[in-house]
Amino acid sequence: MTYAAISSPSTPRRVPAGRLAVYAVVLAIGLALAFAPFLFPDVRAQEVAARICIFIVLVASYDLLIGYTGIVSFAHTMFFGLGAYGTAIALKAMGPSFTAILVGGGAGLVATLVLALLIGLLSLRVKAIFFAMVTLAAASVMLVLASQLSDYTGGEDGITYQIPRAFAPAFKLFEDGDGKVARLFGVPLNGRIAAYYFVFLTSLALFLFMLRVVASPLGSVLKAIRENEMRAEAIGYKVVAYRTAVFCLAALIAALAGILRAVWLKYAGPDVVLSFHIMIDILLMVVIGGMGTMVGAVIGVVVMTLAQFYLKDLMQIGADATAGVPVVHQLLEPDRWLLWLGVIFILLVYFFPAGIAGTLMNKEWRR
Amino acid sequence: MRSMVEGAVSSRQDVSPSLRTENLTIRFGGHAAVNDVTASFRPGELTVIVGPNGAGKTTWFNLVSGQLTPTSGRIFKGETDITRLSPSARAKAGIGRAFQLTNLFPKLSVRENVRLVVQARAGKGPDVFRRASALAAVNAETEEHLATSRLASVADLPASALPHGDQRKLEVAMMIAMKPDIFMFDEPTAGMSAAEAPAILDLIAVIKQDRSKTILLVEHKMDVVRALADRIIVLHNGELVADGKPDEVMAMPIVREIYLGQGAEEVA
Repeated sequence: MTYAAISSPSTPRRVPAGRLAVYAVVLAIGLALAFAPFLFPDVRAQEVAARICIFIVLVASYDLLIGYTGIVSFAHTMFFGLGAYGTAIALKAMGPSFTAILVGGGAGLVATLVLALLIGLLSLRVKAIFFAMVTLAAASVMLVLASQLSDYTGGEDGITYQIPRAFAPAFKLFEDGDGKVARLFGVPLNGRIAAYYFVFLTSLALFLFMLRVVASPLGSVLKAIRENEMRAEAIGYKVVAYRTAVFCLAALIAALAGILRAVWLKYAGPDVVLSFHIMIDILLMVVIGGMGTMVGAVIGVVVMTLAQFYLKDLMQIGADATAGVPVVHQLLEPDRWLLWLGVIFILLVYFFPAGIAGTLMNKEWRR
Repeated sequence: MRSMVEGAVSSRQDVSPSLRTENLTIRFGGHAAVNDVTASFRPGELTVIVGPNGAGKTTWFNLVSGQLTPTSGRIFKGETDITRLSPSARAKAGIGRAFQLTNLFPKLSVRENVRLVVQARAGKGPDVFRRASALAAVNAETEEHLATSRLASVADLPASALPHGDQRKLEVAMMIAMKPDIFMFDEPTAGMSAAEAPAILDLIAVIKQDRSKTILLVEHKMDVVRALADRIIVLHNGELVADGKPDEVMAMPIVREIYLGQGAEEVA
């Protein structure tokens, strides 16, 4: 037994530093999001914070598929869109009430479940590449439908609508003595804060639920299917049933994220809830964060969202500072931000082949 | 039953078969990889299946455990027709299979590989309401299996990090954890050194002591399993060409002919 030395059970396991670092970063991000309205009170920062919350749910649910079970789907934004459009159409038709959110969101969830079940049962038996093609086709059809059924969906323009008054900026969550909106650390406690915490707490609950799923017996079966589908079947797991179940589960969570997005944005359109741009964003976020890690979703979403929102600003600063320096100045021109985003992605993938969280946490096996 | 002597094949004919294949055939294009194989197996019997490379041994195994669907013919477990059942349903019905090429969950720990088997049999797979690590009965049984197969000291390593011999051991441990009625070993000692092989053979001998189990074993090295075999089946070009007690089968001219040039000494 030559390996006895590396596996001797008597020596205590070394604390994996990479894993701790990842958890610390994720915890810090969680805290920053929890107090975002007070830490970053400007409007744009709140948009970014809410987007991060919603995308963490969306990307983590996609990680259930691609990272934990090894299912490649391009239909994730379709389910995201179903949740968002359901909510949006109901809010538009029934007026700004919580009942509308429940009815519209509920309809979106039902449609999601039916569609996911159909796609799953019909095509999860076939090879992965064919399944990916089927989801691509379904998502394309949904995109065409959204733009063609413009009486309901507003076509390419999308739908704008009101949200319940409790989420509107004019709503006073707490009043001070003069009947004005109460402030905490100078931040008005209005409906916008309520809306943010609705988004944050729902996202947090969904994320914690997914953490539970991957640690559960179901999660262990998903990993087994990813590792060796044939053997998973041979030891007694119905692989098709498990795959269909996780596909439906991930789709439902994506639809819930869509509902949050619709409520927060007061707008639903192809560009923000349905397009393939979002699908590509999700893929990049899950790859950058680390597939099959769950916490990777948090890191991937934060890195990419911050880059998308703030890289231009950063470059403007850089360009101003280097005014007069010939080549550097031109390179840092904010219009060239996509170039730099590309460079960042390539570097990330090069230095973190298993994603940021994935690569750092894998350090555990090296003792 | 207890007084039964080893190798008493004929006296077991009264026990009804636990596994039976009837005219089992599978064709790939025009080639019949398994051709019209009819055989039945009884509890308490260890049958070794031999034959040159490409004889259809592993293909026949795949048909029985469900990885392949036959072109024609039927498979019975006891009196139940299982020809159309999925591999997972056959596993539940008590057919356990260990694979020739090591076929594990490579990135998962040794413990997790075994635990997944125990969890499948306990029917806990769909559970999302607790942590997998909180299934006390499943965990306890997993540790037992790890201990009996002498894998406890490497339980935390990923399966892919084990040396070949231990991977084979894990392969067998996973089948034992399935607690099947029918054990199907596909070259369990392949690629193992002479020093490692006895550990696997000991595990098989322990299973054999339970006379309610049926054991099928594909093996090239006849000398290795000679002591364990009650019966030998010879497959050649997909067809069953000999079936009987080890000494009888090995004495058959056709068997010597098939193995001539393939290492007849190795077989005999």
